[in-house]
Amino acid sequence: MLIRVKLSRLGETQWYEYAVRFMLGGVMTILAGLIAKLFGPIAGGLFLAFPAIFPASATLVEKHERRRKEKVGLRGTQRGRDAAALDAAGATVGSFGLAAFGGVIWLVVPTNVPVAFFGATAAWVLVLRQLGGSGACRGGCASFCKKARLDRKPPLSSTGESLLRA
Amino acid sequence: MIAEYILRFVIGGVAVSIFAVLSDIFRPKSFAGLFGAAPSIALATLGLTVWNQGSGYAAIEGRSMIIGALAFGFYSVVTCQLIKRLHIHSLASTILAGIAWFSCAFLVAWLLLS
Repeated sequence: MLIRVKLSRLGETQWYEYAVRFMLGGVMTILAGLIAKLFGPIAGGLFLAFPAIFPASATLVEKHERRRKEKVGLRGTQRGRDAAALDAAGATVGSFGLAAFGGVIWLVVPTNVPVAFFGATAAWVLVLRQLGGSGACRGGCASFCKKARLDRKPPLSSTGESLLRA
Repeated sequence: MIAEYILRFVIGGVAVSIFAVLSDIFRPKSFAGLFGAAPSIALATLGLTVWNQGSGYAAIEGRSMIIGALAFGFYSVVTCQLIKRLHIHSLASTILAGIAWFSCAFLVAWLLLS
């Protein structure tokens, strides 16, 4: 899988969309602390991997994809939903990285705190690189991706090519 | 007390925003989706937990986080299926799938850790 960075996509996100994610992140961090205080570290630890931000992210992905299609005069409802579903497929693979992060913290933090945080982040990146970079997220949802065709160039050759690729 | 919560709010907000920006700029979308399950809340919370409660407490949270993360994987699969097979709007799907996260996380935690 060829991984690209598209800085131009930053311009598509409105300031209030970043503000929503900032607020959700802040509130969830407070909640995770409160839950740990009230119910103990076992329940608190579960909420370190709670998908609090994911609904906002998936909704934004759908909205942006739909808007992009509507700009060129096409209906983007299905395309938007496909994009959100593909985002969820990626998060499925990402959850293994999250588990690796937790595993390293569990095993290493009692002996060396800085090494635990560095190692946990490294483990997360390594899992991302191995599973994400090798295309496992595509392989895991192969049938879905075939339908969605979001990771590929559309097989078009007619005059409408540039419009549909927009 | 209040200062600690303000600090938590700011650190959590910044961590989540950084991963959100990364998710926005990477392509293809399936790779960008990996950042949807980034350890943003964990990075923000665990540092403060070690500071306040000690490393033993943080280790227990880390162990529980493994179960939470696997529940996140199950949640994402359910979300993907709700959107693709039942054609439910993404916001409704992600909220509905929350039931899957709660059931999976608490059931497995109860079976393994209680």
